[in-house]
Amino acid sequence: MFELLGISPQALFGQLLLGLINGAFYAMLSLGLAVIFGMLNVINFTHGAQYMMGAFAAWLLLGILGVPFWVSLVVAPVIVGLFGIVLEKVLLKRIYHLDHLYGFLLTFGLALVIEGLFQWKWGSSGAPYPNPIPGGFNLGFMFLPTYRAFVVVAALVICLATWYGIERTRLGAYLRAATENPTLVRAFGINVPRLITLTYGLGVALAALAGVLAAPIQQVSALMGVNLVLVVFAVVVIGGMGSIMGSIVTGFGLGLIEGLTKVFYPPASNTVIFVVMALVLLIKPAGLFGQTK
Amino acid sequence: MTTQRVGYALLIVLALVAPTFAYPVFLMKALCFALFACAFNLLLGYAGLMSFGHAMFFGMAGYFYGHVVKAWDMAPELGLLAGVAGAALLGLVTGALAIRRQGIYFAMITLAFAQMVYFFCIQAPFTGGEDGLQGIPRKALLGGLIPIKDDKVLYYVVLAIFLFGYATIYRVIYSPFGQVLKAIRDNEQRALSLGYEADRYKLLAFVLSAGLAGLAGATKAMVQQFATLTDVAASTSGEVVLMALVGGLGTIIGPVVGAFIIITMQNYLAATGEFVLVIQGAIFVVIVLAFRKGVVGELAEWWKRRQAG
Repeated sequence: MFELLGISPQALFGQLLLGLINGAFYAMLSLGLAVIFGMLNVINFTHGAQYMMGAFAAWLLLGILGVPFWVSLVVAPVIVGLFGIVLEKVLLKRIYHLDHLYGFLLTFGLALVIEGLFQWKWGSSGAPYPNPIPGGFNLGFMFLPTYRAFVVVAALVICLATWYGIERTRLGAYLRAATENPTLVRAFGINVPRLITLTYGLGVALAALAGVLAAPIQQVSALMGVNLVLVVFAVVVIGGMGSIMGSIVTGFGLGLIEGLTKVFYPPASNTVIFVVMALVLLIKPAGLFGQTK
Repeated sequence: MTTQRVGYALLIVLALVAPTFAYPVFLMKALCFALFACAFNLLLGYAGLMSFGHAMFFGMAGYFYGHVVKAWDMAPELGLLAGVAGAALLGLVTGALAIRRQGIYFAMITLAFAQMVYFFCIQAPFTGGEDGLQGIPRKALLGGLIPIKDDKVLYYVVLAIFLFGYATIYRVIYSPFGQVLKAIRDNEQRALSLGYEADRYKLLAFVLSAGLAGLAGATKAMVQQFATLTDVAASTSGEVVLMALVGGLGTIIGPVVGAFIIITMQNYLAATGEFVLVIQGAIFVVIVLAFRKGVVGELAEWWKRRQAG
């Protein structure tokens, strides 16, 4: 069958794996965006910069303190998440009463500042991060690097854990309730402003965690999140931000579609997600999993 | 009204004598961005539609201009026309899709389409990819009557184009069409219930704005004699938002002021590299937190309070 299509199975499965990995990052990032938007009503344009900060935190921890990857996997998101909490406390909370537009512009400005500062300090060429688990498996039809397999599994676990945390725990129930009606939830004695701060911190930590996972695959560079966040916006438009599971499925699905496009028609691989977005807008404007509010 | 007329008269006199004391190429660049920012503001300030992808119209029009004038060896007027028509057509397609969603989604969709256009421009054969289109000739206008090789002559051509664009926007805003746009911006449901087809008005505003952004982009290509990826990039979309915001959204002259401020700033800070971005980002933050009306908006407020008090 493969000979018939003129495509080697190695190329096909290689690209599918790459697509799955990209999809893992789309899923983690769009999940964070959706959680933050649900609670804060802000589209977090800083998400790409915070993803980059996660990768940088891991890289600096390793370079300066010799902290191994597995420790960074926990410590780096905590550091960046705390940074997010400070941002929320100092800046973001001042604009909740304004139009969504201002949150978008504020976080866009913050992204420019953060990325500009990192670029100024460390340049834009990027630095490599050593692979923590080299080697791989020969599956017969393709070679599977262990670390890449780990990333896909880790992303799935993180996404499902987030889904569980929001849909199945008490804290998650508070969160969903506060999204629906913050005033009422406050009347029950729950500290909603703190819940909002916490949500932002968690969303940012999720982006940073994705960044740490990406560090050994990509170059750690100041601009690694710039284009990614734009693709993630398209993913969010396609999936709609109403459903957690929707974000996960859309993220992975679009990664796979991108991978397949690289096999069958490489010139379109950069734009295919945007084409899908246009099609979804034509057929189901609210997004695949979105509800029109 | 009379103060406004005096103000405009003074500004036009200033614009006419400006090349005697300022570098014409800088002035022309600033005028192109001013028109671009006014076109953007027509959409956000008066129709309430936040496009975060306006660079696609500005940048693509530059490529269209360059291709028509250089590769097809045609007159610059046709290049400008191609830029406007191409940008308006692109606006029709992307606008028809984007207006299917509202609010912040609209911004994300336009941003995503602009990114798609950006990736297209990297690969498309006629844009020159990473190198861009270089050495677009400055051919004489009106069949040889106006030679534009001289920067000072070209300045007055660019000024005329800018004034034409500005007058068009002024006319649109104060027309019945502009009033309906404002009604839709302020309360779409109500405008709908009064029988105005909101989507058609929004789409027309989008196409107009795209076409005028295209005029600005094509003019910039005429001045600088090149068209590059920078002009279609997301950073340019952000810059035009910043210009309109700094000057004052929903004020007709605000974006012009904002464009001159930002271009002047870039001129002085160009040597500092990354810091241009850092400072632009910081301005975004400060404006959103403290001066949401922008320079012109705050001044108008101050003037009103003085008149009243």
